[in-house]
Amino acid sequence: MKTDDLIKALAADAKSVEPPIGRTLAIAVAVGALMSLVYFLSVHGPRPDFPEVAMTSGRFVFKFVLTLSVTIPAFLLVSGMSRPDFSAGNRLWWLALAPALLIAAILFELSNVPADTWHARMIGNNSFACMTIIPLMSLAPFAAVIYALKSGAPANPTVAGAVGGLLSAGIAATLYASHCTDDSPLFVALWYPMGFVLMTALGALIGSRLLRW
Amino acid sequence: MRAAIAGDEAAYRMLLADLSRALRGIVLRGFAGVGVPREDVEDLVQDALLAIHLKRHTWDKSMPLGPWVLAITRNKMIDDLRRRGRRPEIPVDLSEFEIEGEDQQASIDAHDVVRVLKGLPDKSREIVQAISIDGHSARDVAERLGMTEVAVRVALHRSLKTLAETYQEKKA
Repeated sequence: MKTDDLIKALAADAKSVEPPIGRTLAIAVAVGALMSLVYFLSVHGPRPDFPEVAMTSGRFVFKFVLTLSVTIPAFLLVSGMSRPDFSAGNRLWWLALAPALLIAAILFELSNVPADTWHARMIGNNSFACMTIIPLMSLAPFAAVIYALKSGAPANPTVAGAVGGLLSAGIAATLYASHCTDDSPLFVALWYPMGFVLMTALGALIGSRLLRW
Repeated sequence: MRAAIAGDEAAYRMLLADLSRALRGIVLRGFAGVGVPREDVEDLVQDALLAIHLKRHTWDKSMPLGPWVLAITRNKMIDDLRRRGRRPEIPVDLSEFEIEGEDQQASIDAHDVVRVLKGLPDKSREIVQAISIDGHSARDVAERLGMTEVAVRVALHRSLKTLAETYQEKKA
């Protein structure tokens, strides 16, 4: 086939254009998050004293600051990475925000509570739930992000998939944080990252296979 | 490209013709330094044109078109070199992006697409050939084959996706 002939075929297909990738991605993430929210409300739900601790407990509120400090930068990065001409450059540093906040919170906790309570605060009561529910609730947003990225053209499919996985875990952890009764940064630092690491690795793996174009 | 995304076939065809000339120049220069055979250049140009077509919704309309086209072409060139086992480092200079390029290869067949066309179902191949090589409109082809125009367009779009995927498989 000659290139000029191919061009004729492409031009005849002019009307087949898909919706802008930014919109596709935003809708997909919203739908995925909504599915996890419905699951969360019907199976787990927020803890009974949610309205009270949301007003009074700095540690409780910090969990959301932390999970959103992953979720929002991850969403912005994934939106960019769905396009071939995007280069993250310095913006990758956005992802350092959450670890920095977490380290600060750990230092605060260690200097403000007695050393003999550190261990109990770190182990908490919900470690198993934390490690299973976060990956589980990541699945719908994860599938949605991968589906949307497949319509995109990421310059680096592995990295785009990884950040997509991170985003899905951020959404799940934000929901889960309202259920979990362990609020110490020590607990959060030990157990929450496992779901994030798992989903990020899964995203990188699937991205490198599925998101080539 | 804005007109093309709005579905203007004539404007789109002119744009693609201009782009193909520019791409040919870029790919020729990029590949010349690393010893890729000249006849493979046209394969890459077609691969890039297909990607530009199928991924045109990833272009942000508020941004200039050139860097986006170059990013796609660069990506395709790197994939191609990686497949050949060369170090994937191609400097693509923005100043190389000019509409006037070398045109002597426009009529050279890219071998892979010929093979791919043979792999399409009979009806799809007939549609693609009628539209591309014979230059008929989708409506004419629909009438001749007793299909609706929409069905012809859908078949054409699917066939183009298959063409692009075949380039992918070749890479795997």
